[in-house]
Amino acid sequence: MTFQFTVSPDFSPAHISGWYIFNTWLQKKLNVGIHLEMYDDFNKQRDAIRNGRVDLIYANPYDAAMLVREQDFKPLVQAEAEADEVIIAVNNEADIKQVEELSEGVTLAYTDDPDVRMIGMIMLEPADLSKENTQAIMAGSYVLVAKNLLNGKADVGFFLAEAFDDLSNIIKKQLRIVVRSRIGVINHALMIGPEFQYKRDELLDVLLTMANDEKGKLVLENLGFSSWQQVGQEEMEFMIDLMDALAT
Amino acid sequence: MILDMKAEDIVGDYRETTLDLYELGPRRILYSEIETPYPDGKLIVSTTNPQGIITHVNQSFIDMSGYREDELIGAAHSILRHPDMPSVAFKDLWDTVNQGIKWQGIVKNLRKDGGFYWVKATVVPNIRGGKVVGYTSVRRKPSRSKVIESIALYATLS
Repeated sequence: MTFQFTVSPDFSPAHISGWYIFNTWLQKKLNVGIHLEMYDDFNKQRDAIRNGRVDLIYANPYDAAMLVREQDFKPLVQAEAEADEVIIAVNNEADIKQVEELSEGVTLAYTDDPDVRMIGMIMLEPADLSKENTQAIMAGSYVLVAKNLLNGKADVGFFLAEAFDDLSNIIKKQLRIVVRSRIGVINHALMIGPEFQYKRDELLDVLLTMANDEKGKLVLENLGFSSWQQVGQEEMEFMIDLMDALAT
Repeated sequence: MILDMKAEDIVGDYRETTLDLYELGPRRILYSEIETPYPDGKLIVSTTNPQGIITHVNQSFIDMSGYREDELIGAAHSILRHPDMPSVAFKDLWDTVNQGIKWQGIVKNLRKDGGFYWVKATVVPNIRGGKVVGYTSVRRKPSRSKVIESIALYATLS
């Protein structure tokens, strides 16, 4: 039997090959067939999950509730010290220093990354902005979010902080960070589906010791991570409750 | 257990009153007019057991409330209750979450030093195996216009 593995579509483009290398490493360690399927948007990935075509997923926190409470997935690990933080940025030439200076009718640029969009909208609430009184441009990548700010098509951009930090210095110099979130408890997590859960303990064991061997360390580096840390069931439930509280 | 506020903890001029806290009884409240602005980009997070006793706080909760973590864990969440908050607002909160429904509102919280801070609060019940085992409360920065509306509304309800 071949298990199906997928990665949240907001993965950094720089790490695509890293996920394929990780999948190969995992198959060797577990001695099972695992197929990595990368989806280019969240809806396609959610359809695959609901149709039972996913057994292992590096999931966006926004999808954690559906995975755990509707699809019986269990949490495994998260990347050490890698929280999902969000940056609200504007064109450096704009006269905006803080969120409260933004007014109704502004145009936002964001990707379809659901947790970034949710946190971004929360950070605009102090200016009484919501999806009802703003316009939006859906961009295919964070580079395109930046481009929309630079060419004046959008006034405000939402970025995954890590993706913003990865932008070239030339682009970053033309942008100004208005707010950077400091939440610390919203993370992507690797989760395992019901059919694959008989391998959960073995999988946890290889993941948690991965940083200790040279090859494993190299595979992690290709993902941009230093090590994995275990996510317990209650920790995951806590994050789901937190996301539920924020999703209004 | 934190109960009465102490004059030596208070910063600046203050007024004194007594609040009758649910299941705790009367609490001596010392409060000032000093507002601590809500920090940009942060969330204040806490969890309580079903009786409203704090079981977890994050660093932002500690920073904004002014209490130490060891003072907060095991204390009643109502130690944050400011005398300007009408009791009907908290009745609405508990009536809502006791039905397993999310509650949201603008809340003026009381600090250990007698000052205050405004938050947009959301409380969700923690349901495990079909039972409510506690509540998670998440606060974020409210807009000034919502705070001004709330000040006017709460003045009519107190």
